[in-house]
Amino acid sequence: MAVIASAASPAPPANPRGRRARGARSLGAGSTLSLGISVLWFSLLVLIPLVAVLVSAAGLGPAGFWKVLSSPQTAAAIRLTVEQSVLVTLLNVVMGTTLAWVLVRDRFFGKRALDVVIDVPFALPTIVAGLVLLSLYGPRSPLGINAVNTRYAVFLALAFVTLPFVVRTVQPVLETLERDVEEAAASLGAGRLTTFRRVILPSLVPAISAGAALSFARGISEYGSLVLLSGNLPGRTEVASVRVLTYIENGHKDQASAVAAVLLVVALLVIVVLDVVQRRLARRG
Amino acid sequence: MSINVSGVTKRFGDFVALDDVSVDLPTGQLTALLGPSGGGKSTLLRIIAGLESADSGTVTIEGTEATHLPPQKRNVGFVFQHYAAFKHMSVAKNVAFGLEIRHRSKEEVKKRVGDLLDLVHLSQFADRLPSQLSGGQRQRMALARALAVEPSVLLLDEPFGALDAKVRKELRDWLRRLHDEVHVTSVFVTHDQEEALEVADEIVVINDGRIEQIGAPDDLYDSPASDFVMTFLGPTTRLGGVLVRPHDIDVLTHTVPGAVAGRIERQLRVGFEVRLTVATEDAQQVEVTVTRATQRQLDLHEGVEVWLTPTTGVPRAEIAAV
Repeated sequence: MAVIASAASPAPPANPRGRRARGARSLGAGSTLSLGISVLWFSLLVLIPLVAVLVSAAGLGPAGFWKVLSSPQTAAAIRLTVEQSVLVTLLNVVMGTTLAWVLVRDRFFGKRALDVVIDVPFALPTIVAGLVLLSLYGPRSPLGINAVNTRYAVFLALAFVTLPFVVRTVQPVLETLERDVEEAAASLGAGRLTTFRRVILPSLVPAISAGAALSFARGISEYGSLVLLSGNLPGRTEVASVRVLTYIENGHKDQASAVAAVLLVVALLVIVVLDVVQRRLARRG
Repeated sequence: MSINVSGVTKRFGDFVALDDVSVDLPTGQLTALLGPSGGGKSTLLRIIAGLESADSGTVTIEGTEATHLPPQKRNVGFVFQHYAAFKHMSVAKNVAFGLEIRHRSKEEVKKRVGDLLDLVHLSQFADRLPSQLSGGQRQRMALARALAVEPSVLLLDEPFGALDAKVRKELRDWLRRLHDEVHVTSVFVTHDQEEALEVADEIVVINDGRIEQIGAPDDLYDSPASDFVMTFLGPTTRLGGVLVRPHDIDVLTHTVPGAVAGRIERQLRVGFEVRLTVATEDAQQVEVTVTRATQRQLDLHEGVEVWLTPTTGVPRAEIAAV
């Protein structure tokens, strides 16, 4: 999952494990080598291409850069992308946590199956996901819901492909939570809601935050699943990634890079904000 | 009676954890529920706390019918074997949890938390996280947290089970002293007979979902009601047709009526006591514990012929011939 997210985000997602590993200061010869390999690999795969994009965008100069971004069509595309990604991430924080809860704590028929199916939206080629959504929410929808050419299409597509992220980050943490902690809270007089809010949720916050970062990063980078359903109407349902493609197809590589640079900064910003929020919440107890 | 359990039965599938158990636990005492693992003692404790519900039977706490009350309403403090610390909260916040839920004023919470941390000797660790404490300290924190809400009973489920031997011993003594200070009716579960004998005012021996015997530690040790209680509460050995404790056997170097003859096969000195293994004429191996003084006086060593007889007036149980 992290590999996919890093296409849009230069920093690895907010991961508590990564932070702990940094504490180790004494590096032997073997770990120096592996550190070197890691840095080289990361540079080749992620850092250098990202820098290339930034350099390409810088070629426009400040005025050219601003001209690209202030074009109504591009600005609308970026705004739509960020808005819908934020909305979908908020939805995932709630629904993903709920799904993870159900998968870990409840017993019901088909639980195993659901546990496997959760990953399907993630595993499907995105264009197939788009096709699935089109047949369900398109003009010939069996549900009678036609979301084609609307902003709901973008939201639906993003919600579909980002569904597993929060579930899969929260689930393992929830599995390792000790039940006696909840029993302790109960015997101290805490109701179920209080126990959830004050005891369980704080333990889940780092995982939820990591899942939210992945979900948002995937949201702003999404292309395949929404192109079929959204209709890519300029100024209305066109997302940033489609905008980037259009620029490239018209031979404006620099303009494409400018939009890419903005997405990069937004992704970075959101990841940093999520990390700060998570630390703040973790410390508050 | 502070806690009254009457006719409680609990099944987990086919397994009968508690079988029609009735017991009264008096106010202000420190009672041990003692028994082997899987005997039902923890289940009984959890039923008293409301963390488990009985299939049948009733629980009354301080005169209040509590059988169907949720744990939140029982006013019971519970201490878990693995501490159940709120990991993201500081020690002080952990202790304050129950008070904050009850919406006590900030000053009151602060004062009470301070008092309790003094009581459990953790004042200097108030701002630490539980992960920065040792096991013994964490368990003391858990105890302070449970006491904070002034529970009518304090229940401890194998409270020292996860600690190493030395800390366990310290905490055991400390719990005894604490109880003498605080006087809250306390029930703790243990499978360690030494722990129960040392700390408890009263011991309830539970095995196979049933109560074997209830009594003061000395009563149980001196007059066990069953073979089980006798073997569980201390070492035993077979002498002729009876079960006795190794230190309740007289060793003689001459024969008397009724004595069993044998030869010392092995001798092991442990500190102030000497453990003898005596092979009797009917090919039994009898374990006998004597003092160092007796061993010297009678000049006991391997190969010496001895006569064994149970000390008069000590607990023993006839064993059915196999």
